[in-house]
Amino acid sequence: MKVIRYDQLHEQLFYERLANGLDVYILPKKEFNKTYATFTTKYGSVDNYFTPYGKTSMKKVPDGIAHFLEHKLFEKEDGDVFQTFSKQGASANAFTSFTRTAYLFSSTTDVEKNVETLLNFVQDPYFTEQTVEKEKGIIAQEIRMYDDHPDWRLYFGTIESMYHHHPVKIDIAGTVESISHITKDLLYECYETFYHPSNMLLFVTGPVDPLAMLEQIRANQTKKTFRPPTDIERFRYEEPSYVARKKHVIEMNVQTPKCLVGIKAKNVYTKGKEKLKHECAIGLLLDYLFGKSSLNYERLYQQGLIDETFMVDYTEESDFGFSLIGGDTLHPDRLAEEIQRILLQFDDIDDEQVERLKRKKIGTFLRSLNSLEYIANQFTRYAFDHMSLFDVVATLQSLTSNDLKVVARECFVQEQFTVCQVVPKKVK
Amino acid sequence: MFQEEAKEVGGLRLHVIPTKKYKTNTLVLKMKAPLCEQDVTMRALIPYVLQNATERHPSMKALRTYLDELYGATLQVDLAKKGEHHIITIRIDVANEKFLGGTSPLLRDAMTLLSDMLFRPLTEQGGFSASIVEQEKRALKQKIQSLFDDKMRYAQHRLIEEMYKGSPYALDVHGKRHDVDSIDAKRLYKHYEHMLKHDEIDLYVVGDVMLDDIEHDVAERFSLEARSRRSTTTPTRMKRTNVQEIVEKQDVKQGKLHLGYQTNTTYNDADYDALQVWNGIFGGFTHSKLFINVREKASLAYYAASRIESHQGMMMVMAGIEPSNYERALEIIHAQAEAMRNGQFSDEEIAQTKAVIRNQLLETIDTARGMIELSYHNVIATRQRPFHEWLEGIEKVTREDIVRVGENVELDTIYFLTEKDGEKR
Repeated sequence: MKVIRYDQLHEQLFYERLANGLDVYILPKKEFNKTYATFTTKYGSVDNYFTPYGKTSMKKVPDGIAHFLEHKLFEKEDGDVFQTFSKQGASANAFTSFTRTAYLFSSTTDVEKNVETLLNFVQDPYFTEQTVEKEKGIIAQEIRMYDDHPDWRLYFGTIESMYHHHPVKIDIAGTVESISHITKDLLYECYETFYHPSNMLLFVTGPVDPLAMLEQIRANQTKKTFRPPTDIERFRYEEPSYVARKKHVIEMNVQTPKCLVGIKAKNVYTKGKEKLKHECAIGLLLDYLFGKSSLNYERLYQQGLIDETFMVDYTEESDFGFSLIGGDTLHPDRLAEEIQRILLQFDDIDDEQVERLKRKKIGTFLRSLNSLEYIANQFTRYAFDHMSLFDVVATLQSLTSNDLKVVARECFVQEQFTVCQVVPKKVK
Repeated sequence: MFQEEAKEVGGLRLHVIPTKKYKTNTLVLKMKAPLCEQDVTMRALIPYVLQNATERHPSMKALRTYLDELYGATLQVDLAKKGEHHIITIRIDVANEKFLGGTSPLLRDAMTLLSDMLFRPLTEQGGFSASIVEQEKRALKQKIQSLFDDKMRYAQHRLIEEMYKGSPYALDVHGKRHDVDSIDAKRLYKHYEHMLKHDEIDLYVVGDVMLDDIEHDVAERFSLEARSRRSTTTPTRMKRTNVQEIVEKQDVKQGKLHLGYQTNTTYNDADYDALQVWNGIFGGFTHSKLFINVREKASLAYYAASRIESHQGMMMVMAGIEPSNYERALEIIHAQAEAMRNGQFSDEEIAQTKAVIRNQLLETIDTARGMIELSYHNVIATRQRPFHEWLEGIEKVTREDIVRVGENVELDTIYFLTEKDGEKR
């Protein structure tokens, strides 16, 4: 066991890699009532083409299967795991992202029991043809819900336009058609490949005794037998730096148009300090150009091109990265032009402003540590790419104007831009 | 558990919740007035105007730059409806300098900023800045319009609008679109002055701080005329002889089924705890009857849940379904309500629901926002209920209490937003 101290933050992190390969992290938070735990596998919607465990050749699986598996893991022969958690006063949930599937609970009592339940239900799959069929109706309604959601359509429309091949362009839940091909055998195959402890991370935070908790987790894992860990072979998609589609307009039953400009990142580091620096630099640069204290934001707001829904965001995971800029607007074309003009005309940097924004980002980081959910989820995301959440402040502090110029040169290139709009359907 | 110290300080009520849980300190100001059609649009505009600029920071860029200097302090405003009250909230959250290796006390600077926003907004010729007001009028119209685009929110809004037709509760917190244009900077400022005199104002401070430490700072910065407190409104109870059914057709892929019930029980009533448990067994959680029967057994929906409005005495059920499954979904929902009425729930369901509600309450007070929202119920209602009474109240609820409170739950309105060409089968 290792203890990592963060003195300025008044935090201590306990870490151990168990014999079966599972990474366990515990961050005690004595003042809190609740304990929040996530059990996450490095397996998400982008992992759709891989060599299944025990096989020798690559296989493509139906879109949406990682998310489907997440749903089905809650159902057992003797009923629903939600019931077990709620009897123990816990609230349980799960989510699937591009690169991860996380199972989680929070509770203020019976924490030990709930940790057992979490570990045991995730490590004991029970899939039958019948329960798989039943789930298709439920997930179809989840997909329909998103179909009617203009912000979601805009978000995925933008990502879809950026990529030629990379599966990040595929909706996490898949489609009603694609999930119809999911079978219990396919679920088991994905499970066997990606749910080995060596591909997973357990994070527990709350008013827990870290040593006793670790002991309990160790005992739970020692009782079970696992096959030896193997390397997972995932298909590497070759992706050009230019976008697949320059503009995409979605007509929907809305009254207010929406517009997003997407920027596809060219150089994506797959892991480690370089990746963290890259992510922090792009985040800071976007804030410099479009944050609420920027001249651009004030001007766009005064010109009536944006409102409070305006957002900027950068996502960088595994081997893909993209920025998104935009929001609700009455003038989607003018906003798209303005944003691209700002990006292409960018040349100089005011050092004083950069220092101020670094301050802001550091304060924002502190605030995010108020949330146990944020700590567990983000720590896991960083850890899967060999980075540490707690290195964010030092990385931000190390950034220079020149670092921002470097990422600007890399990202602000016309062929990497795409525009997506949601507009009211024309009355016929 | 959390401790709260409260005290009248110059026309506002100061609430301090000391805690070492967080890396930041939080300031929340709430302004409350009865919800009414003639004021609501102006009230919806005011906080957005206030957050633009002050005398000292006379532009959006200047004010936002100042927030960045305060280590990225956040400033947010929002609007809410609690029973027939309209509530404006202004939040500032600022880092605790203890974790930054010692800088000047940021909380005091944040408090000064909040008082600047309230008492020294940017004005010209006896009104707010006209250009800011025009800009925010445009933004407000866009916000009101965008309600239509989020179908779940839209369906919820339409249900309430139909259920409470003609009563203040039917109003949207953002006001009415056609009332926006006629507002001008002077009239708005006059209304703001009226609010400062008459609104019930509460200031919450949550963080590593005690009342004694900051009372003086607050008194120095916030000076308001004394006012009468506890203006309470009694929620309108609609008496309907037949359940009304409203079907609206739009170009949507998923049908949104929303049902409104009169619970005839509010936060002020002794049976409020029993209602919480009733709602928990019925539809509040993933172990509840609605989730199990509509989603898990019938596979009709991804979400199927109920929730209560504590001060209005209403409960809402919502489910997203295939348009053709309208009758089937309704039938299942009615059957669950009927089972509740007949007392068809096990002791285990009661125990499970109590455990989950208890957990939810304890988790709520792990966030500054949660503590403030719980405490603010006592400002809205006439009944005072410290946190431990919430927990004890839930614990004490008996099967008889649940059955009794359920007898008063009456279905009022069924609202269904469905696809255009689809037929109700």
